[in-house]
Amino acid sequence: MKSLRFLVPLAIFLGLVVFLGAGLKLDPKEVPSPLIGKPAPAFALTRLDNVGQTIRREDLLGKVWMLNVWASWCVACREEHPLLVEFARKKLLPVYGLNYKDERSAGLRWLANFGNPYDASLFDQDGRVGIDWGVYGVPETFIIDREGVIRFKQIGPITPDVMRTQIEPLVRKLNG
Amino acid sequence: MIPEIGHFLLWLALGGSLVLGVVPLAGATWGRADWMAVARPITYALFALVAAAFACLVASFVRHDFSVLYVASNSNTALPLQYRIAGVWGGHEGSLLLWVQMLCVWMVAVARFSRHLPQAVLARILSVMGLVCVGFLLFMLITSNPFDRLFPAPADGRDLNPLLQDPGMVTHPPMLYMGYVGFSVAFAFAIAALIGGNLDATWARWTRPWTTIAWMFLTLGIAMGSSWAYYELGWGGWWFWDPVENASLMPWLLGTALIHSLAVTEKRNSFKSWTVLLAILAFSFSLLGTFLVRSGVLSSVHAFATDPRRGLFILAFLTVVVGSSFALYAWRAPTVGLGARFALLSKETALLANNVLFLVAAGAVLQGTLYPLFLDALGLGKISVGPPYFDSVFLPLMVPTVFLMGIGPMARWKEVELPALALRLRWAAGAAVLASLLTGWLAGEIRPVATLGLMMAYWIFTTVATDLWERIRPNGMGLSIAAQRVRQIPRALAGMMVAHLGVGVFCFGVVMVKAYEVERDVQMNVGDSTTVNGYTFTFRGVKELQGPNYQAVQGQMEVARADKKLTDLHPEKRVYRVQQNPMTEADIDAGVTRDLYVSLGEPVESGAWIVRVYVKPFINWIWGGCLLMALGGLLAVSDRRYRRKQGVQTP
Repeated sequence: MKSLRFLVPLAIFLGLVVFLGAGLKLDPKEVPSPLIGKPAPAFALTRLDNVGQTIRREDLLGKVWMLNVWASWCVACREEHPLLVEFARKKLLPVYGLNYKDERSAGLRWLANFGNPYDASLFDQDGRVGIDWGVYGVPETFIIDREGVIRFKQIGPITPDVMRTQIEPLVRKLNG
Repeated sequence: MIPEIGHFLLWLALGGSLVLGVVPLAGATWGRADWMAVARPITYALFALVAAAFACLVASFVRHDFSVLYVASNSNTALPLQYRIAGVWGGHEGSLLLWVQMLCVWMVAVARFSRHLPQAVLARILSVMGLVCVGFLLFMLITSNPFDRLFPAPADGRDLNPLLQDPGMVTHPPMLYMGYVGFSVAFAFAIAALIGGNLDATWARWTRPWTTIAWMFLTLGIAMGSSWAYYELGWGGWWFWDPVENASLMPWLLGTALIHSLAVTEKRNSFKSWTVLLAILAFSFSLLGTFLVRSGVLSSVHAFATDPRRGLFILAFLTVVVGSSFALYAWRAPTVGLGARFALLSKETALLANNVLFLVAAGAVLQGTLYPLFLDALGLGKISVGPPYFDSVFLPLMVPTVFLMGIGPMARWKEVELPALALRLRWAAGAAVLASLLTGWLAGEIRPVATLGLMMAYWIFTTVATDLWERIRPNGMGLSIAAQRVRQIPRALAGMMVAHLGVGVFCFGVVMVKAYEVERDVQMNVGDSTTVNGYTFTFRGVKELQGPNYQAVQGQMEVARADKKLTDLHPEKRVYRVQQNPMTEADIDAGVTRDLYVSLGEPVESGAWIVRVYVKPFINWIWGGCLLMALGGLLAVSDRRYRRKQGVQTP
């Protein structure tokens, strides 16, 4: 039985292959988040571009808004970004960024380079707020209604399809 | 006509590699010397076929044959010659051909320089490499033929990705692939030994130089890639934890572990099944890297055109190669035996711990790299895992590794007297602590994490110095004796010392850059100046430039220190005519103790620009350290015992 341990590498590898194989097949799909339908977690964070100004959850009550989690080190965010910039131009709702586990200067530079779709970005350096919001990774996008309840969550980059078929109709509905 | 010849040659090569993969292996199994004897000539023929096919692709590029799809996608009439040649490996298909070409180079080297091996061993090794070659040739011919035609031929090509139009493109991929593929030699030696059941110290001695050379190339390749990213991407960083970078780092970590493990197996006949496992793993990670980069399962700055069929093929190939190797391992390794015993405190233990740490580090990188893929596979979406994860995981792993690196070379085999060792190292430890505090103070601020990092770097310097001193100590006999003793140090030992110093230099560079770099993003009008770390940067405006295949805006930045002009820097923003992507070309005034790095951001209203200015202390030490590591590898393989063996006997 001692020689069974020599099978361990093979077993680990075969487990890995299953995932790699699934990675080839599956497309990103949204799953219902436990946070949907729940009040958005509280936060009080400084603006990325202004250390002196703090934004709280309460400040945003009464309007429908979007929270997009991003970071300058995130490759997938770069993919998503043009779509977000274009979406922000339509002025359907205020778009807030959550600059997650980033450096202030790197974040600002990233916005300068790729364009800034955000009404404001909240600076979450240690990722505490991200944890409260159940952020798996970056990017993620939330839509919060007038009562401060999370109505939608996208894990991973928003695709044009999701934007057109889910986000925009939902925002129109929430805005009445 | 040339592309058809190339295509045909690849099919011939496939046939050749099939014969090589089967006949000598069968000969070794049934003891048929005549079957084993074909291994070497077929290897040479295979090399010639692939080299000729490679030449065909180069010719198609040089002659602007845009009827070849791959050339049309990666070249252009305005593309300068050196990039037309480098363009051969600028895309998926051609870089695969480069991979196979490098594999053939290694095979020829094995056939040429391993005449002293028993015939059955050499036959098995070349067969295993031949089988790897079969896989890659099949992959190329089925899913990624570089010679596919395009009708009607376009008048001009789509051009090489502007990011790749850089001198780095000429050297970085060949070096990197040389390293990647080089681990196939250690792999083939390991598989051959498992099949033949002759896994012993001799096996380790044969494998060692090959592994070291491959590791050396990989080290250089990664360093080149990193310095290229530093000056080309315009973000001022030198390592981004991008999946593709990780794909090269993981084999490097495992290769490093393998080098150390081989030393134990050779000297003490211990760790044999572990060493074999590492040899298999190092190459498996090279293959896994190939899969990750080319299947499109992860997003990365090194995007290859992706196609699900390709991903499926590589995955199947990966499964066959790695799965059968591990199965063979599970079957044969239990009979290998344990080798010499050693005490809990010994050089063996230090090296084993080093191995475990490297393996865990590779595992951590793998986890961080694949985590997005796991989530994706579970239907949780695509995400990025970034530097915060890797930084926080890597540092705690590297601190004990470096600590052991200081102790390991000075510890004795079998058993160490801990108090005696501590006594021998007391000066080294004290000096390292003092030097790190002093450096922090000189840099302007003593910071805890930076001091820890500097301590690691100095610890390496001081322990290597202590080790050297103990070996040459003149004992009152005068310096001439010491000088003589220095010359008597075997190259292998000198190589180890130099490589370890390289790690120290590397650590020093990393810590200094991370802790003490200053970066400033400023909006500058013509004539404005900004002062960073005592350097005054004055913006003198921009002018338009015409390159061979791009248009550029070139900034003029005057750099002065204490009112004395140092240099002019000319960062550019280029737009390549064909693909129309904007490229940032930073300009750098490089130095031993600091780089001044300027890159142009975006223009803002009324002629002002966003300009990015960095002062990066000791950043070149990062690559200098890598060079030293590679140099150490070179010294080690030039050791006398390897050279002596070359001339021994030929069959």
